[in-house]
Amino acid sequence: MSKAPPLLQIKQLSRKVIGPVNLAIEAGDCLCISGPSGCGKSLLLRALADLDEHSGEACLHGVSAGDIPADNWRRRVGLLPPESVWWLPRVADHFSAELPVALQRIGLGDDILARQVMRLSSGEKQRLALMRLLCNRPEVLLLDEPTANLDPENTRRVEAVIDEYRRARQAVVVWVSHDRAQVERVADRYCVVKAGQLVEQDIEGRQ
Amino acid sequence: MIELSVVDLAIAASLVLLLALLSLQLKSRISQQLIVAGIRTAVQLTLIGLVLKVLFANAGFGWVLLLSTVMLLEAGREVMARQERRFTGWWGYAVATFSMFLSSFAVTVFALVAILGEDPWYTPQYAIPLLGMLLGNTMNGIAIAMDRLTHTAWEQRAVIEARLMLGERWEQAISEYRRLAIRSGMIPIINAMAAAGIVSLPGMMTGQILAGAPPVEAVKYQILIMFLVTAGTGLGTLAAVSIGARHLFDERQRLCLGRLRQP
Repeated sequence: MSKAPPLLQIKQLSRKVIGPVNLAIEAGDCLCISGPSGCGKSLLLRALADLDEHSGEACLHGVSAGDIPADNWRRRVGLLPPESVWWLPRVADHFSAELPVALQRIGLGDDILARQVMRLSSGEKQRLALMRLLCNRPEVLLLDEPTANLDPENTRRVEAVIDEYRRARQAVVVWVSHDRAQVERVADRYCVVKAGQLVEQDIEGRQ
Repeated sequence: MIELSVVDLAIAASLVLLLALLSLQLKSRISQQLIVAGIRTAVQLTLIGLVLKVLFANAGFGWVLLLSTVMLLEAGREVMARQERRFTGWWGYAVATFSMFLSSFAVTVFALVAILGEDPWYTPQYAIPLLGMLLGNTMNGIAIAMDRLTHTAWEQRAVIEARLMLGERWEQAISEYRRLAIRSGMIPIINAMAAAGIVSLPGMMTGQILAGAPPVEAVKYQILIMFLVTAGTGLGTLAAVSIGARHLFDERQRLCLGRLRQP
């Protein structure tokens, strides 16, 4: 019996300064990526979410992104950018599906849904943006420095929620982080971007 | 009708000249533009007057079609020139011209055949002024709407992409800005309809009355024109914004701002 294809497979994917990238990530794995600013980490995540034109391909369960309608692909491969964006006045207006996790788990009260977005702090918005993304129940989470605006306590809460989601749904997580301690806490695999290439290292940083 | 002499027009022109001198004194830097625009008005209208005189005397379909096509192509160019971030290449020009063809031409032909019923239906005395009125007004509507669409797409890139990231289709991601663009294009003509007769006496009606037409007949023509212009502007704006919004995304529903020209 042939082995099932990996949940996320990246073949010869290139976009501007990054690539070609070749990777296979199994269900339930968390891959952390580090690298200097401008090395192409965010470009890689945007290309995986199919937001920018790129060469090469990404496959979900062996099916190429090109064979899956773009909106469907983006619901299954969800990207959380470093700065959250909101377009309606009230928080609740941005949530149409049931919340996947209780808001208290990320340090927020239920009353926050009734509040105006413009009155929220950047940390609150970022945690809510994660909730909004999880409402789609994505199979792949592309996280671009998701805890950059958070204090240590809320950072741990967010890490715990993502970890629980990943284990429960056997989701793949691709996590861009500059924080070595965070990488050691959350990663199963670790890559550093060097000269546009992903170089896999062990979690403690030895090549 | 009171015949106007060249001296009468020169007296009117002296008012514009006076304004230009006043602007020069106030250093408002529009005196030169004012004089150039005044000269263009006089020359362009005189030329079109001569063209219409010849055309009315030789009512061939080919000539009417030729003049209509020239008017349409020039209107397409004007629409593009008024946009800060227009589509690159031939696309923007094609969208504007096609939308105006769809709206102005269709509505003009409809009015000539179904309402005015002149024989032949393309009688230049009716066809050319009607098309001119429609092109002039739909041109404004389409230019405003397209400018608003491309401008907001550029400004609100983060919002549009955030909505795409959450799995919305391109139509949903840009729906709000598409709606606002159509509204912007329609507002001037809706305002003109609402204010007609109370705040302002529309130009065409005033012109007809000054030329000796009975006021009630002039009013009927004005109502006809305003309804036709509204229909034309609405159709043209809808078409241009719909086609333009689709062209902002590629086949994978990615926002392609590289298709817009830098201002």
